[in-house]
Amino acid sequence: MDIGGVLENAILQFIGFNACYYAIAAIGLNVQFGYAGLLNFGQAGFMAAGAYGVGQTASIFGISLWWGVLIGIGYSVFLGLLMGVPTLRLRADYLAIVTIASAEIVRLIVRSVKFRDQFGGTDGLKDFADTFQQVGINLGLDSAGEYGFWFFQFSGRTLWNLIVGWSLVAIFGVVVWLLMKSPWGRVLKAIREDEDAVRSLGKNVFSYKMQALVLGGVIGSFAGMMLALGNANVQPDNFSRDLTFFVLTGLVLGGVAKVTGSIIGPMVFWGIYSLLDGFLRELVDKPVRIGDFRLLQSTDVGVVVFMVMGILLVLLMVYRPQGLFGNKKEMAFEGR
Amino acid sequence: MKDADDQSATEPVATPDDPHAPRVLSEYAKAAKAALAGVSPEPGVAKPDPILVADGIRRAFGGIVAVDVDHFEVQRGSITALIGPNGAGKTTFFNLMTGFDKPNTGRWSFDGASMDGVATHRMASRGMVRTFQLTKSLTKLPVIENMKLGATGQIGEKWWNGLFPGRWKKQEAEIEARADELLTRFKLDHMRDEYAGALSGGQRKLLEMARALMTDPTLVMLDEPMAGVNPALKQSLNQHVRGLRDLGMTVLFVEHDMDMVHDISDWVIVMAEGQVIAEGTPDDISSNPAVIDAYLGAHQGKTLLEDQV
Repeated sequence: MDIGGVLENAILQFIGFNACYYAIAAIGLNVQFGYAGLLNFGQAGFMAAGAYGVGQTASIFGISLWWGVLIGIGYSVFLGLLMGVPTLRLRADYLAIVTIASAEIVRLIVRSVKFRDQFGGTDGLKDFADTFQQVGINLGLDSAGEYGFWFFQFSGRTLWNLIVGWSLVAIFGVVVWLLMKSPWGRVLKAIREDEDAVRSLGKNVFSYKMQALVLGGVIGSFAGMMLALGNANVQPDNFSRDLTFFVLTGLVLGGVAKVTGSIIGPMVFWGIYSLLDGFLRELVDKPVRIGDFRLLQSTDVGVVVFMVMGILLVLLMVYRPQGLFGNKKEMAFEGR
Repeated sequence: MKDADDQSATEPVATPDDPHAPRVLSEYAKAAKAALAGVSPEPGVAKPDPILVADGIRRAFGGIVAVDVDHFEVQRGSITALIGPNGAGKTTFFNLMTGFDKPNTGRWSFDGASMDGVATHRMASRGMVRTFQLTKSLTKLPVIENMKLGATGQIGEKWWNGLFPGRWKKQEAEIEARADELLTRFKLDHMRDEYAGALSGGQRKLLEMARALMTDPTLVMLDEPMAGVNPALKQSLNQHVRGLRDLGMTVLFVEHDMDMVHDISDWVIVMAEGQVIAEGTPDDISSNPAVIDAYLGAHQGKTLLEDQV
């Protein structure tokens, strides 16, 4: 069994591209869910907004890729307002229902035959990311070349994606950290605790909730942009419910209402995922047999990985409900 | 509160240490009593200098009329108690005045300005602040953060300013100094950096009152400040409420604790079944037959045996 190889892969996934765009999405979700207490189950919708924003530029509109950043932000602001206006005055559960439905509506619209000319249908969009990759090449990263040391070896293209991606993580991490240290963040955290108390102290609760929803959504749209640029294509089915809940899992794993938690959580999520996946695949190569019964088949691996991750998450919630970086003292005061 | 800050240095406002000392009426207390001395004790009577005036306020939940108040005035600079049996509509009336609920009909004004359709979150900046019957301390925020939240007009509460600490640090320091001063006055300074969830029930009441004062109110509305507070702390809460008037604020409070009502209020308004049934000084009220009827029923003291009716 090649334990070394499995570990190396897990470490590469820990800092890999998946972890990186998940971390951006989780930073955004943390603003909504962790700080403002808004149950947004539609982060995939915001990511799709960003991804299609950049995807449409070159392949549909024929304009420069960089407009896509503005278009993506525009889409996600629109989506945030659309979700927020009817629901933010209501109880928190309604937002959860509306967001999960909105994200599905977004996905079904972009993959529909009707809007094939705008969003590319089930084929999605491609041929738009060259401008982005070209910047990396201009900076001296040969897209076919190998860069790195020890087992940290990346192609120039992957390295460029990682550099841009982790830079975005750092920027948004600092932005959210600054905001949450400010009086603005204090109002959000207070709204999470008790809206009426905040309202009686003269704050416009609806406006703050809307700001949090839109800001978190815009950050989420950058995760989608990164995904689109890194893969050089946009696939509608990348933005299914799974994506939202994996991001949420990563956030809870790291610890809500903590910037470090929202970044390291998704990294750990992908590290563990890769570790389990690699380990189980090794097991399949040397199958355990009980009589004629083969304990694990190669087709089972994908499912069993998620079963084990589910069990791990349950154990984490039982023994460390605040997540890896959460504040245990804060968790102790449940009663309002 | 601004003019009162200076005197709080010279005159100890809250001295709950010696509850049995004979009380010397403060200037503000004398002024409030003098202003209300000539007011006749009848429901809906006009006051010489009202800060809150409500007219024809009616709120029905389905077929049940919870509040139906013809006229209601609160004298500026006084401590006014709003009492009445359970279900009299006191808390609903509170919610209506503070914008947490909308009346079906009626209009009301605060400090001369009409309050119809004013959003709840604008009440605080106009000088009206309330507390809640069930304390709403924000348990997962430290006590000092709870306090700082109360300050109005904070630059850093706009997100684009929040990003740049340089823009709000100075104001934040001023707010923090004011918060610390209030915490000291309310004897919560030793809990400053604890989570509000670590406070006792009585301390949470104090924190909520102190936090409300951070908004610089002219009218403080307290919904059952004594509920769930032990007798020792009640004395000190009494002092604090009196202290608010002596800082130039007007206090309107809902309370069931008759000792407190009698002890600290300058004027008492009695509600029953949604209506104002009596008004007057505490002494007027305790001898008012309508009030006794409202609390104990009109047939109290009469025999229930049929053959003796």
